[in-house]
Amino acid sequence: MDSIAKLVLKRVGMGLVTLIVISLVFFVGVEALPGDLAEEILGQNALPETVEAFRKELKLDLPPHVRYFSWLGGFMKGDFGNSLANGRPIADLIGWRLSNTLFLALSAAAIAVPISIILGILAALYRNSLFDRAISMATLSTISFPEFFVAYILMALLSVQLIIFPSISNINDQMSLAEKLHAIFLPCLTLTLVVMAHMMRQTRAAIINILASPYIEMAKLKGLRRLRIIVLHAFPNALSPVINVVALNLAYLVVGAVIIEVVFVYPGLGQLLVDSVSKRDIPVVQASGLIFATVYITLNLAADVLSIVSNPRLRNPR
Amino acid sequence: MFKLLNQSPISARIGLAIVVINIVAALFAPLIAPFGETEVVGDVWLPMSFDHLLGTDQLGRDLFTRILYGARNTIAIAFVTTLLSFVVGIVGGFLAATLKGWTDLALSRIVDVMMAIPILIFALTVLSVVGTSMVALILVIALLDSTRVYRLSRAVAMDIEALDFVEAARLRGEKIWWLMRHEILPNAMPPLVAEFGLRFCFVFLFIAALSFLGLGIQPPTADWGSMVRENAGAITFGIFIPLWPAGAIAFLTVGVNLIVDWFLHVASGLKD
Amino acid sequence: MSKLKELEQLLAHGVITRREFIARVSALGLAAAVSPMLLPSPAQAASPKKGGRFRLGLAGGSTTDSLDPATITDMMLQVVNQGQLRNTLVEIDQKANPIPELAESWEATPDAKKWVFKLRKGVEFHNGKTMDADDVIYSINHHRGADTKSAAKGIIEAIEDIQKDGKDTVIFTLNGGNADFPYIMSDYHLTISPAGDKFVDGIGTGGYMLKDYEPGVRAFAVRNPNYFKADRAHFDEVETLSIPDVNARTNALKTGQIDAMNRCELKTVQFLKRTRGIQVMEQNGFKHYTFAMRCDTAPFNNVDVRLALKYAIDRKQMVKTILRGFGAIGNDHPISMANRYHAGDLPQRQFDPDKAKFHLKKSGVGNITFRLHAADAAFVGAVDAAVLYKEKAGSAGVDIEVVREPNDGYWSNVWLKKPWCAVFWGGRPTEDMMFSTAYAADASWNDTFWKNKRFNELLVAARAELDEKKRRNMYSEMQSIVRDDGGVVVPMFAADLSAATDKIGHGPLGANWEMDGFRCAERWWFM
Repeated sequence: MDSIAKLVLKRVGMGLVTLIVISLVFFVGVEALPGDLAEEILGQNALPETVEAFRKELKLDLPPHVRYFSWLGGFMKGDFGNSLANGRPIADLIGWRLSNTLFLALSAAAIAVPISIILGILAALYRNSLFDRAISMATLSTISFPEFFVAYILMALLSVQLIIFPSISNINDQMSLAEKLHAIFLPCLTLTLVVMAHMMRQTRAAIINILASPYIEMAKLKGLRRLRIIVLHAFPNALSPVINVVALNLAYLVVGAVIIEVVFVYPGLGQLLVDSVSKRDIPVVQASGLIFATVYITLNLAADVLSIVSNPRLRNPR
Repeated sequence: MFKLLNQSPISARIGLAIVVINIVAALFAPLIAPFGETEVVGDVWLPMSFDHLLGTDQLGRDLFTRILYGARNTIAIAFVTTLLSFVVGIVGGFLAATLKGWTDLALSRIVDVMMAIPILIFALTVLSVVGTSMVALILVIALLDSTRVYRLSRAVAMDIEALDFVEAARLRGEKIWWLMRHEILPNAMPPLVAEFGLRFCFVFLFIAALSFLGLGIQPPTADWGSMVRENAGAITFGIFIPLWPAGAIAFLTVGVNLIVDWFLHVASGLKD
Repeated sequence: MSKLKELEQLLAHGVITRREFIARVSALGLAAAVSPMLLPSPAQAASPKKGGRFRLGLAGGSTTDSLDPATITDMMLQVVNQGQLRNTLVEIDQKANPIPELAESWEATPDAKKWVFKLRKGVEFHNGKTMDADDVIYSINHHRGADTKSAAKGIIEAIEDIQKDGKDTVIFTLNGGNADFPYIMSDYHLTISPAGDKFVDGIGTGGYMLKDYEPGVRAFAVRNPNYFKADRAHFDEVETLSIPDVNARTNALKTGQIDAMNRCELKTVQFLKRTRGIQVMEQNGFKHYTFAMRCDTAPFNNVDVRLALKYAIDRKQMVKTILRGFGAIGNDHPISMANRYHAGDLPQRQFDPDKAKFHLKKSGVGNITFRLHAADAAFVGAVDAAVLYKEKAGSAGVDIEVVREPNDGYWSNVWLKKPWCAVFWGGRPTEDMMFSTAYAADASWNDTFWKNKRFNELLVAARAELDEKKRRNMYSEMQSIVRDDGGVVVPMFAADLSAATDKIGHGPLGANWEMDGFRCAERWWFM
């Protein structure tokens, strides 16, 4: 197990380096966009003098590298700085939204992951049966629809026609957990439908792939029951790709929910990032971008470690 | 080939038929379509009729015509993009898994950086800088998708690479390219093909998502994802026009994946 | 009485809505004579009721918004700032007249250069401070001077000096006469905050006090018990939500999660109109879309080229296709029918291929392609409009190439830079503001780079002219000069479309800005 601890340490170190690189990429990316904050905020109302004054006040007139390193210096000390656009502390802006984003992602994951793995196993077990085909068709159809469209359909059905769930999920701190869960039901369901097919299909494929292995044949010859073979023998060996696809989708639930946030008016981090990019509010872009990056890197690391733990050959490298 | 087709289950034949229909529609769109791609032929959102088989869209263009032309643009873009992303992703992933060491480290870090940037933001930024031309769109989506393919193919190849026969081939002194082509690729095919079936369809959806943020394929070119987007508002008022292009995406997705399923079945060597 | 008959017929033929009918009838003072069948319910005519939580779902909010009036440029904060939290010196009423708000009265010297504003006495800010001249000077100066980053700087550049005379009088000295100065003081940036305020808490004198604000998400305000207007601000609470996606807004209104929304989708508004329990409101204001040619750049420096292009556009088609009929055709000048001195007698310019060909030939530029730059950031449907323009002009022998620009950065990279591009103008309540902002020779936003001597003389003269009739003649002449010589093609004036539940009561809508001149929370009520 020592080797795993060492690996984790190494990966955490590399993750930090990755984060620094990403912050640089974000900085350069936003700088490369035409126009800056002053011009974007003032828009059609911009006068050359007011743009100048704006830049001067926000120190946007300093050369890019100076601004980047001054941001980096602050960041290292744990200071996210203030939003250039409205002067609010970024930590305040982000904290609440991050918890909202995680809340939605975890709720969706809690439904989607178990269901898709179970369905995947069942589909592999009863492969080519009517059940397998029905599940396959259903999940494929749900992911064939763009997610905003799935959202509109659910809204039209469950909110406009049946009036069971609200069409906008504007949650706030005064709500109880039950109220919040009710409010986020539709975005949660949409996200579940969006990620389920991918995980379910990869689980099924991975297990079927393993089923052809000699040791499964052996187990079959020994007369073990199919369910037992799949759950106890095939699934553990198919874990690596399953873990990977689950990690990817978990990351998607956190990072990729921008459109769902817009459609359901959910105050998450994605909307903040898109708005900040379009207004060139670099410190906010950096902070929210790095949070997304951290989520991704952490999930990735977890997936890799779990893959190694689950694969005996990788666990004991020769 | 024909023998294989003869033995194929009914589901695979349906899948094949669907794909063929789509390809025919794409190739012969100008011949089949009753109207021009961008021609305004009537009022907005007309219901289905003999003149307009599927009704008209949000600008009063014939929807059936738009779907046919949409097949052309959408399938071509999705296919090129997916193929490109798989070539890049698989080569990278296999190289990383077989060479390990610095190659793996360098490639994986680059991919890490790219993947850790939210995909829509990445596309938004790059496309805002270089402009939303078709080529830029294809390259950006292919690049983004290839990171996902890289991850999968690297993971799969690592597992295979740890198996005895690869070790044996390595001891025989086989070259990297040979290992990748003859040992790893065949064994990694099933999950990769399954992924291909899905990724292919994700391209439509990604274009649709981009069009939601105001990027994507430029109007008036017809593509299914944008067509769903442009007509989506109708669904609230009980008008089912956007279901047609969405249905077209679903139809093709199911068709492609039925074939993929069949391939998986054949590749697994299982009899049942 | 014949006027009433006429209105009844218009209503019967569906030319006007029931709501417009009632509004017009009450404007004529004829309500008593109307058959009770045509008046929907007694509640409509009754006086406003107090109470309730008014929930607004608005497009035009962003997480980068700030409560500082200097940087307010979009809808959500315009409605929160001017319609809820803060007031301006002057209000524009539903008939586009300036009426007193924080100022009690005003008068000008005969040359209209010096304006004396008497402030309303005893008005309290939300923090309990009484408003006086220092607050006004502080708030206006926020938009003046070399260091300001205010979007309103251009609007009040004419102010040379601000002085107080006692604590209830403020004197503005302008660098030239301006008979419309009170209109300028109604601008949504020029709201009054207490002196020394940092503009972050939303402290003002408005009908609602800010309790909670999250940029790009929500603003929540409660009624100000000490509001100085007795007959306004009827709701107990106002919740303003940012809902950028138009379908989400529409659904929220249909499901009763919000009570009112702005910017209905043109595509679906016809269906929304038919929905039970929802009223769709159309305001025909000053908003117009233009194609601006730089008159300092070849080939647009040639007046015949400009005329050829003006004759090559089909304005009716634009209104029908791009605006779906919700708007009015333009006449190549920026003064709308809602403006006081709109020159209605000016002949309407039509699509005329022969004249287009004639002027193109006369210009002597030969067979060239005109590149028209557009993006939907300019206005909704700008690219479609440019494509329509191109197709129609082609049939008149005028060759246009549409260059699609990225949305992002359109105002900094395309507008005022490219020789010919699509432009959005929210419009201005007065002729002078519109012309001085975008057509005066030295204006920063003179996006046609047009310098016409006669026009600029008239502009200065008309600005200081207090005689109504002379002024009207001058503005008529100026509209005709812009139309025939200017660098702007004005194909259409766009209506603002908003919607609310039919539980909301309101009077005639102000046309100066969206949502009843931003003042829906102050003027509307629950029936």
